[in-house]
Amino acid sequence: MDRPHGGPAGPARQGGTPVTADRTGAAKIVEARGLFLSFGETPALRGASLVVRQGEIVAVMGPSGSGKSTLLHCLAGILVPDEGQVWFGGQRLDALSDDRRSALRRDRFGFVFQSGQLVPELTAEENVALPLLLSGTRRGAATTAARKWFPTLGLDGLEGRRSGELSGGQAQRVALARGLVASPEVLFADEPTGSLDSMSGELVMDLLTAAVREQGTTVVLVTHDARVAAYADREVIVRDGKVSTLSGAEA
Amino acid sequence: MSVPLTLLGLLERGPSHGYDLKRDYDAYFGRGKPLRYSQVYATLSRLARDGKAVAGPVEQEAGPERRRYVITAEGMADVQRWLAEPAPPEPDLQSELFAKVVLALMLDRPANGYLDIQRAAHLQRMRELTELKRRGDTLDVLLADHIIYRLEADLRWIDHTAARLDLLARAVRR
Repeated sequence: MDRPHGGPAGPARQGGTPVTADRTGAAKIVEARGLFLSFGETPALRGASLVVRQGEIVAVMGPSGSGKSTLLHCLAGILVPDEGQVWFGGQRLDALSDDRRSALRRDRFGFVFQSGQLVPELTAEENVALPLLLSGTRRGAATTAARKWFPTLGLDGLEGRRSGELSGGQAQRVALARGLVASPEVLFADEPTGSLDSMSGELVMDLLTAAVREQGTTVVLVTHDARVAAYADREVIVRDGKVSTLSGAEA
Repeated sequence: MSVPLTLLGLLERGPSHGYDLKRDYDAYFGRGKPLRYSQVYATLSRLARDGKAVAGPVEQEAGPERRRYVITAEGMADVQRWLAEPAPPEPDLQSELFAKVVLALMLDRPANGYLDIQRAAHLQRMRELTELKRRGDTLDVLLADHIIYRLEADLRWIDHTAARLDLLARAVRR
């Protein structure tokens, strides 16, 4: 053994400078202002506020039932809050009609959820192309764009498989490709590794962060898993329907 | 970790000078806490005295002690026994973390606030280690993962504790 392992900065090094970019100067892209939302008698959000800046990856953490997924659904225009405002760029998302909100979601946002998102009747490639087809891209162009993602995500040769013929990790990478294929401005991810073992989950997060950094996509990532949150630039904690002030409701 | 047994393990690869053992120990296991030369030579002398290693003649060279050590059959048996034993399943408890929570509750200070800043500090460290994994080689990744999983265990304890502070406060207050 002639080359002992070395290097100036081993993991045991304490402290050090933050490794992630400071984006406090970047423009706001998504913002929640004082959101309240109840499901029947049950309050899910009680004054949640959050600012997300262009190009950052924000992990939204918190205990089960804290309201973190509800907050994500409001930011993404899937749910409309009872009170408060949701901004995307210069637009009030919560004030748009259902149709306009759906169109905006389809054209400007990408989504990755925990599992079971692929359409089982479609091949992996058709699943990835789906968002482009839905927003009117021709099939040929959509397929070409979809195919580009397979080598990037280590999915070569799986283009023709259906979801039943993919492992959990592969299916999740196909779902990630589908979330990114239309070059969304914001990717919303809700427990994207929640159904995966730690190795597959790590691969998905490695690929996700590499791809969004490359594209400059902003990410709002809901997770209860600290190892997943560690891929983000910063975390916020949701507790009892509010974003904990310590964790920076105002970025 | 046992420094003598670790050095003995390194010595099992082949006869070595104290200098080489120190260099490899620091590279693989030292991580910011290098061994002192005096500690290496004192340990090697003890291992020789106890029959775990044999010291060769002093070599005619300038500089620090140049003496080659060779592991004995008894030394190899020690290494084998040590590697087959589990390490004590007694994590070095982050006792400062535990003590701060209990004291904050006893003194009616904001334990929740403390847990929040501790969580933030743990997550910041996990971010640094995750970044290091992206850039590092296999051994960096292995060691970073080891620290990450331990920090994660702390974080689970922090969340668990934060969820039951009222109950704990009643238990520690007189």
